[in-house]
Amino acid sequence: MGQDAIVQIRNLNKTFRGRAGTVVALDDISLDIMRGEIFGIIGLSGAGKSTLVRCINFLEVPTAGTVTVDGEELGKLSKRDLLDARRSMGMIFQQFNLLQQRTALQNICFPLEIAGTPKAEAEKRAEELLGIVGLSDRANAYPSQMSGGQQQRVAIARALATNPKILLCDEATSALDPTTTRSILSLLKEINRKLGITIIVITHEMAVIEEICQRVAIIDASHIAEIGAVDQVFTRPQSTMAKQLIYPDGKQRERLATGKRYCRIVFDGNSSFEPVVSNMVLECKAPVNIMFADTKDMDGKAYGQMILQLPDDERAASRALAYLETQNVHVEEGLSDDFT
Amino acid sequence: MISPELWGLIGQGILETLYMVILSTVGSYVIGLPLGLLLVATDKDGVRPMRALNAVVGVIVNILRSIPFLILAVLVMPVTRAIIGTTIGSTATVVPLIIAAAPYVARMVESSIKEVGFGVIEAAQSMGASPWQIVTKVLVPEAKPSLLVGAAISIVTILGYSAMAGFIGGGGLGTIAQNYGYNRNQTPPMIVTVVLLVIIVQIFQTIGLRLAKKLDKRNR
Repeated sequence: MGQDAIVQIRNLNKTFRGRAGTVVALDDISLDIMRGEIFGIIGLSGAGKSTLVRCINFLEVPTAGTVTVDGEELGKLSKRDLLDARRSMGMIFQQFNLLQQRTALQNICFPLEIAGTPKAEAEKRAEELLGIVGLSDRANAYPSQMSGGQQQRVAIARALATNPKILLCDEATSALDPTTTRSILSLLKEINRKLGITIIVITHEMAVIEEICQRVAIIDASHIAEIGAVDQVFTRPQSTMAKQLIYPDGKQRERLATGKRYCRIVFDGNSSFEPVVSNMVLECKAPVNIMFADTKDMDGKAYGQMILQLPDDERAASRALAYLETQNVHVEEGLSDDFT
Repeated sequence: MISPELWGLIGQGILETLYMVILSTVGSYVIGLPLGLLLVATDKDGVRPMRALNAVVGVIVNILRSIPFLILAVLVMPVTRAIIGTTIGSTATVVPLIIAAAPYVARMVESSIKEVGFGVIEAAQSMGASPWQIVTKVLVPEAKPSLLVGAAISIVTILGYSAMAGFIGGGGLGTIAQNYGYNRNQTPPMIVTVVLLVIIVQIFQTIGLRLAKKLDKRNR
């Protein structure tokens, strides 16, 4: 860490003073976001993730701590320089926030206008960007004439207009249907790959993180609960909040009868195509009950987990566990309460 | 019933009324629009919070708005005389009209601008827009339809004020209504002036609302 970090956040605190007293939104947050990565920040509503992303472009000024973007500590910049620094970061929002009285093209020209780019040049750039987001034919449409997905594409084009190094996405797909969400996410992925822009994604949906992020920070009650590579966090969540987000609704709890022994098998991307469970049953002559299974394809590899109810017979259960240990999977064994 | 001379006076009254109303509307917007923008921008949740300035402007606007127009017009007569040289006639009436309408316009502008969603303001801030750029390039253009509706309402209010001014020699249709309808108790000239005022209100209102609707790019 350190050298190649485009965003460095150190000991960040943010408190809001309201009628109900002071509210701590962020408490001692430190994290590095690497140049060129897609970094996810996930948490429940009110966890502080939106405040955190606004501290990255100083829309919210931290109460304490530092934010360094591309080598510049934002807190030390003059007002003028801060406005310039913001131009090196694009931002998109849940509600798109397009100017309703401007066409798609004029919306994309807006940040360029703000930066003082000549009109002809701005329009040329805007047309180019409309091409990138696949909306060349909608240049003269007003936001009210466009679908949510199209509006978000225009918002992305607008955020990219000033050639930012970082793109901040605040719940950018939360107002969109699943199909549109997927297309917006693949557009973001493409932008990251083709233009090398660092993307920071704020979301409450694990599926979004899974789809495009390389690393993720899990925010819980103003703190970072867990941070790491997405596949690591996904397969072996450590914190309660991570487990809650990855296995939502505690749906396993209801299904697992108490007093039985269970084991969780975690597939780490190499072994999930092998028939591990079938082999185990054949090898150990131990019938097991699959209580829960959730495997996913991520970046061409398969990840996921399965919860098995072990046979009541002690020896059969031990044989099954012993067999699993020899396989290339992560095994956790316990009673029903251990898997909630 | 109505002599040709009176018809002539009524014609002249219409022109005087239009002259007063249009000039005062322009004048009240020249003062009221910046004041309204200032009220929004310097508000504690505004793009450039300035507590003291906001409070001072707010109090002045409220004081001027609390004084009934006729009383205000009498109160500012020395000012009117100093600027115009007289307190009688339609040109002189423009002065109290502007003083009374500018704070009204300021509040109308303030409420129109406040309709602009915080999201677009935040988006502009994220692009590095300065408070001035946000006001001129986001708030005013985005609120344009609402500002036009506000202007239509303001112009009708100013028309009402201008008719009251007839009682202190303000000229226009108000003076005719006062001279013939009130002083001489003649019904026909009274009815004619009332009908004319209604027609003028309708025209301004319709133009304002149609324009606002035509220029609004939402809801298509």
